[in-house]
Amino acid sequence: MAEEKGKKEKPKVPRQKMPEQEPKVRARNFDEVPFGYTPELAQLESSRCLQCKKPKCIEGCPVEIDIPAFVKLINEGDFGGAARKLKERNSLPAVCGRVCPQEDQCEKLCIVGKKDQPVAVGRMERFAADWERTKGEITIPEKAPATGKKVAVAGSGPAGLTLAGDLILKGHEVTIFEALHKTGGVLIYGIPEFRLPKAIVQAEVNYLERLGVKVECNCVIGRIETVDELLQEYDAVFLGLGAGLPQFLNVPGENFCGIYSANEYLTRSNLMKAYLFPQYDTPIARGKNVAVFGAGNVAMDSARTALRLGADTVRIIYRRSRDEMPARIEEVHHAEEEGVQFYLLTAPTRFLGDDNGWVTGVECLRMELGEPDESGRRRPVPIKGSEFQLECDMGVVAIGAGANPLLPTTTPGLELNKRGYIVADLETGKTSKPGVWAGGDIVTGSATVILAMGAGRKAANSIQEYLMNK
Amino acid sequence: MHKITYKREMAEKTVCHFKVEAPRIARKAKPGQFVVLKVNETGERIPLTMGGTDPATGLIDLIFQVVGKSTALLRTLNVGDSIQDIIGPLGKPTHVENLGTVICVGGGTGVAVMYPITKAYKEAGNNVIAIIGARTKDLLILEDEMKAASHDLRVTTDDGTYGHHGFVTDVLRKILDEQKDVKLIVGIGPVPMMKFLCKLTKEYGVKTMVSLNPIMVDATGMCGACRVTVGGKTKFCCVDGPEFDG
Repeated sequence: MAEEKGKKEKPKVPRQKMPEQEPKVRARNFDEVPFGYTPELAQLESSRCLQCKKPKCIEGCPVEIDIPAFVKLINEGDFGGAARKLKERNSLPAVCGRVCPQEDQCEKLCIVGKKDQPVAVGRMERFAADWERTKGEITIPEKAPATGKKVAVAGSGPAGLTLAGDLILKGHEVTIFEALHKTGGVLIYGIPEFRLPKAIVQAEVNYLERLGVKVECNCVIGRIETVDELLQEYDAVFLGLGAGLPQFLNVPGENFCGIYSANEYLTRSNLMKAYLFPQYDTPIARGKNVAVFGAGNVAMDSARTALRLGADTVRIIYRRSRDEMPARIEEVHHAEEEGVQFYLLTAPTRFLGDDNGWVTGVECLRMELGEPDESGRRRPVPIKGSEFQLECDMGVVAIGAGANPLLPTTTPGLELNKRGYIVADLETGKTSKPGVWAGGDIVTGSATVILAMGAGRKAANSIQEYLMNK
Repeated sequence: MHKITYKREMAEKTVCHFKVEAPRIARKAKPGQFVVLKVNETGERIPLTMGGTDPATGLIDLIFQVVGKSTALLRTLNVGDSIQDIIGPLGKPTHVENLGTVICVGGGTGVAVMYPITKAYKEAGNNVIAIIGARTKDLLILEDEMKAASHDLRVTTDDGTYGHHGFVTDVLRKILDEQKDVKLIVGIGPVPMMKFLCKLTKEYGVKTMVSLNPIMVDATGMCGACRVTVGGKTKFCCVDGPEFDG
């Protein structure tokens, strides 16, 4: 807590690392990689926070957690109090502490980070949430008196869960409709166990149910009920559908057996627990020589899953260079430590297969970087005649996701952009259809968990205003 | 949880018929749509077509053939037991209109899927000729129901134990030779049957719809496990189908 005469000094304590599993060991199991802070480490790290009068870190957080306040509570040893402070603004702290790209958000703006490593906000958030879940009493905040208003939420991913958590506290009746048989969206089917244990997601959803949120699984909105039908029964509808439509490479041979979308591969492994086959019934191919296309977090998750399922060689194939990789630095680092190989500036041109229709290899082309494109990143340009072949018995395509047309095409009056995403005001979440809000990846395209949560929060505020004036 | 209220083995140890409580699905489902179910916590998600639905009782008919672990497990359930998860209705409903003469062809357990579709075409005012086939007499299902759902029913068995000795395509060729005004053929059954069906109808230039049955996981369009190539383009069977132009 050093603050003398308004001048901020560099803390004496270095940024505390989290203890984690050894790379060689963890590359063969699905247990979580970092163990998390001990109370001692958390308190030591909390001492690095300068308790700024005008904290920049809060500006970097999409849901504006009072960061200095919860860090101060950790410093004082009041871990339960720190968790409660977090939950004032964030209903999923154990998730966000694990999967937020803090280096681009709260920690990016930390003053300590100007001259030293920034304060480890994410690790402390994770610590406080874990401490409350495993050691403390989970307190239920007081709810506003019942308003009699009803809100339907389509999708139980981070956007829908956040919105539900906000609106239930304001006294409304909230029902979440989820298409899959388990809640959590990408938290349950996409992000692997070794990065986000599913018991934690379940605990955070259970917390919402204890607050009174109703959850109905196995309900595909658009099929079992249309949005128009929901509007007859509910005062407002929020669409937090995510960007769950896998994109494919569209190169010859892509429908050979052994080639999966990352969504299918990860859904089998995470949601269906195929890594525990035959204890669980869903099978999953265990490739020996696996090629993963793309370099986002989904590609890293797929590559690291393939290793854990027993692959000998796992290659990440990416058409740009290391600097343009969209994955979190920490995830790339973990993948490399575990033995994933990187083929950068490499693009697939076609798949090779055998007479039975199984993939046997992939033909690739070397690329070089040209002028920046509309995304601001340098465009990869193929080098003529640089074709070469790599053997593989499995391919996982992780080059991004689009908008699933199932719900939008069954909802008249809902404006979509040319890529099929729902058009919604970014500040309020309002769509072109009265009574309908949307937020998260279905509006912005694939982004982060915390941005989806931020969108859920903004839509909740807008719905609150609408309901109280209705 | 979805309680089983009725169970009947239609063909010994292979084809089974359940009636299951699923009121919402029963209210909404249309011919051609399917459900995905997961028997228990450790189960896999498998797609099954509905042989019928009754909004009044809230029951749906599931007819399935035992081919592997999950369907074998399903068969061990009895009246009073429950299925953990049933998701549906999924897929696009069959587009049914009054066209004139329509031929509905069902093979094996495909007949179960064909039944509500055949009924719908008849109710829409079409002249419906139905052909159903099975490997052998003991495996033939829903003969009486199909008779009631069509104007003219032909039956075939591969081994000649009942009806015409041979394949459904033999009978279809005969009908197409005799009748020139067939507007549409709908075929559902094993993939080789549908393939030969399409090959045959191509000769006659009659529009043919088939219901495809690839591997599925989520069946809501988020994984692409069920991708099929239709007219040179990749389509997702669970969202764009399951029925496509053969």
